[in-house]
Amino acid sequence: MGIEKISFLPRPLGVKKAAGQPAVSKVSSEWTWTDHFGQIRCRISSLRMRYTVGPGLYAVGEPDRESDVFVTANYKLSFDILRRELKGLNAWIIVLDTKGINVWCAAGKGTFGTDELISRINEINLHNVVAHRRIIVPQLGAVGVNARIVQQRTGFRVYFGPVHAKDIPAYIRAGYIKTPEMRLVRFNMMDRLVLTPMEINPAMKKFPLFGLIILLLFGIQPSGILFKDAWEEGMPFLIFGLTAVFSGAFMTPLLLPFIPFRSFAVKGWLTGVIAVFALMQGIGGFWHYSSLLPLVAAYIFFPLASSYIALQFTGSTTFTNMSGVKKELKIGVPVYLTATATSLLILVMYRLSQWGII
Amino acid sequence: MKYIADVVTLEFFQEKCTGCGKCVDVCPHGVFLMRDKKAIVVDRDRCMECGACANNCEFGAIKVNLGVGCAAAIINGMITGGPPSCDCGVESGGNCCG
Repeated sequence: MGIEKISFLPRPLGVKKAAGQPAVSKVSSEWTWTDHFGQIRCRISSLRMRYTVGPGLYAVGEPDRESDVFVTANYKLSFDILRRELKGLNAWIIVLDTKGINVWCAAGKGTFGTDELISRINEINLHNVVAHRRIIVPQLGAVGVNARIVQQRTGFRVYFGPVHAKDIPAYIRAGYIKTPEMRLVRFNMMDRLVLTPMEINPAMKKFPLFGLIILLLFGIQPSGILFKDAWEEGMPFLIFGLTAVFSGAFMTPLLLPFIPFRSFAVKGWLTGVIAVFALMQGIGGFWHYSSLLPLVAAYIFFPLASSYIALQFTGSTTFTNMSGVKKELKIGVPVYLTATATSLLILVMYRLSQWGII
Repeated sequence: MKYIADVVTLEFFQEKCTGCGKCVDVCPHGVFLMRDKKAIVVDRDRCMECGACANNCEFGAIKVNLGVGCAAAIINGMITGGPPSCDCGVESGGNCCG
């Protein structure tokens, strides 16, 4: 913890004074370039972890005592998407304090939850803001919000609205009824594509360590370190390392439904084998080791590295479950550890044979 | 897209179901459907163990071990010996759901 949160007040348009209420910030439905830029930075950097809006009550348009009340998280991107989709409507927004995390993840952690919703309703005195007794909570918030308890304690009936804010106008027109499609979470290629930077980033953070080990392995001599050997012999391995990241953190997520098998580890391994094989054809000219051992080590290690990296994507998907990931890890972790040790051993043997020791 | 078959911990006790339809309403993967005024499980393998249904079933008709289907979280749990933790982003500067 201890991360400083940046709080933005998204384009305050002045204050809205509800009956018997302190002033409420009125916000626009339009995005400024700052909002767009913020979204992009959230997708690629850790700004995401501190991109927040202040919890409380906001107004979109000119809401009155009959207007709908929408609940969201205080991750600014969640808030921005909601206010954008409310364009042309007059509505209230309640922002819960979810520590800057989006609705679904926060609901899983319990911060987008029953208690927070109840105390926020009381704090903003929602009973005086609106005459009706209905609040619209995003469906994915149902993980953390118990509708019955909220109604018992506050009198407000929770309507679980559509998964996607873009369906809100149609949902309201239909009389607060969702079509089956509005309930479903999808995961199309675009959804997956925008998540890949956050797969590549953490994988690349480990790359310097990998590079160091490879350069040491190929450069070390009984007499010291030979940088020429380290570079020339290590280079193909560094390129293969990048390929494993590309295949596990980019290709596998992107092509997910088209790669056979349901296991992410297997999907990542398959993609990795193909990538390593393709690259081996491509850089054949650089591959001039005096024995087959490095080739064997490369084929053992890199597809499995791709598999391990692909497995990390389970955390970003909308459909994997814990039981399945546990099963994958139970089989996968011993395989990864054994294979890494084996390929390391093979490379050490290769080096020892170069020194003429074995 | 479906994940690994026959692993989910979702349990549904139809005798307790009153047919209120809450589970159908909150499930993001269409695991439940209403048939003859009661819920039925139509696609168990699609369950992601989020727990929205069990949380909102007033009649205790649904049980599921909830958890995040996230390898990093489960590995974190393995290393620290605690439960799978989603708080990876705080220390590492952001490998977390955003």
